Amino acid sequence: MKTQRWFTPWVLTIPALAWLLVFSVWPSINTLRLSFTDARPLGGDYDVVGLRNYTDMLHDGDVRTALLNSVIYMAICLPLLTILPLLLAVLVEKKLPGIAFFRTAFYVPVIASAVVVGLMWTWLLDDRGLINNLARALHVVAQPVPFLTDRWLVLISAISLTVWKGLGYYMIVYLAALGNVRKDLHEAAAIDGAGRVRRFLTVTVPGVRGTMFLVSILVSVAALRVFSELYILTGGKGGPGGKDQSLVMLIQQYAGGFYGNFGYASALSVLLFVVTLVPMIVLARLNNRSER
Amino acid sequence: MKTLRYFLLAFVLIITVGPFVWQLSTSLKGAGEDIYTQTPSFIPHQPTLNNYAKVADAIPVWRYIGNSLVVAALTVGGNIVFATMAGYAIARLKFRGRSVVLGLFLSTLVLPGEVTIVSQYVTVRDFGLADTLLGVALPGMVAALNVLLMYNAFRALPQEIDEAAIVDGATVPQRLLRVSLPAVRGTLAVVAIFAFIQAWDDFLWPLIVLTSPEQYTLTVGLQYLSGTFTQDQRLIAAGTMIAFIPIAILFSALQRYFFKGVEEGGVKG
Repeated sequence: MKTQRWFTPWVLTIPALAWLLVFSVWPSINTLRLSFTDARPLGGDYDVVGLRNYTDMLHDGDVRTALLNSVIYMAICLPLLTILPLLLAVLVEKKLPGIAFFRTAFYVPVIASAVVVGLMWTWLLDDRGLINNLARALHVVAQPVPFLTDRWLVLISAISLTVWKGLGYYMIVYLAALGNVRKDLHEAAAIDGAGRVRRFLTVTVPGVRGTMFLVSILVSVAALRVFSELYILTGGKGGPGGKDQSLVMLIQQYAGGFYGNFGYASALSVLLFVVTLVPMIVLARLNNRSER
Repeated sequence: MKTLRYFLLAFVLIITVGPFVWQLSTSLKGAGEDIYTQTPSFIPHQPTLNNYAKVADAIPVWRYIGNSLVVAALTVGGNIVFATMAGYAIARLKFRGRSVVLGLFLSTLVLPGEVTIVSQYVTVRDFGLADTLLGVALPGMVAALNVLLMYNAFRALPQEIDEAAIVDGATVPQRLLRVSLPAVRGTLAVVAIFAFIQAWDDFLWPLIVLTSPEQYTLTVGLQYLSGTFTQDQRLIAAGTMIAFIPIAILFSALQRYFFKGVEEGGVKG
């Protein structure tokens, strides 16, 4: 029996496929192509400049600083956002009265725009904001802590914001995985007299190990792609002396305006892609090895 | 043990929701109330909506809300229609090149959006859509992830429901709309919610595409407000609440479908 005409699947897939080609595949190729040119945002002719953008990048202090910031960002986010959301998921896993409320509430920072929470945190971390006022009232500090004006504290503040905003998202990812951990293993361990901590380490963690690797990859890549948190916390300026910039902030700067440079921005984009591949490859290999 | 659990839940609640409450409280405090006091108060002494009115004086906030809604509507509509169509075809119909198409969608997932943002802007500009809302919405109207979510959902349905419909002489569009689509409502809700949130919250892409202040979406407008017009935290707080409250209402209204969709495997990708 004939159930469909030959072109039906194509009629259904072609819009999505067209979008993919125009807005993902072609821009990928074009990024690489543009990175060898001196194209400008204002249009007009441009020349092929070979590897010049890439050699310029090697000598660019801003790029080196951005890479350092990215590595620090990733190194702190990776353990925190791999472990804390798992603990949170275990906390909200049990069906207690009102648990749906807590799950929803913990997810709220995820649905808010990074601009909204960035401005919220700017106010919280202000010299005269809530956190500094509380810290002084409790005599933890005598002078306000310069969360938003010190080169390193700005970075730490942005990292805290990223971790805070990501908790609920990865909690949900873990919650879906916890449903697949075998209940009988928990019960058997409990009968053997294993306590909560022990059961968490010997039953829960091995049960969600695959998800932990997935989360660690997602977290690392997201940390390398950071933009809004640093942009908003520093009012778009990148902190004192522009030291608190990420690679994406540099890309954004070169992507528009009179001083824009699409060629250089594209070379930075290629660098960003290569940098995000590193944790993906390393973590995927670690995962394969531990599976054997 | 139960008490300890609730204690921990309350502790996390303060950390995650507390900042929003503080921001709401600040936005309701009048000009006469000291917001910088050493002994912070969460309850405004004389609650006022004045700050919200002042935001509308400083920036065309209604226009920005409208702009954000246009972008969000296009994004949600595009993803619901096109991701459903493609996801259904790849999951439920047999055709040559099916695995190649699936592989193509999968392979774009490893590519962070920021990597192609510059050349995406070049493409949008070449279409003549720089500094337009359509230019902001267009690239996000079909996300590969949503195609894969719909594919996963359709694939999980039993083969028999199609066979029964085929015996009844149902065509492909009839099978898709009347038989399969009602069965994947949960995933469709997840796709719609995520598409809306993504469009409403996005900042970097509209910041690059839009140059005229009257075209700004709400997030870009907010940044503009805090950077250019005011240092008054009460006003900025009111502005952030204007951007946050609609999405909070939408999410709490739909959270049941969202968490159900997640349990159906929505976030596994």
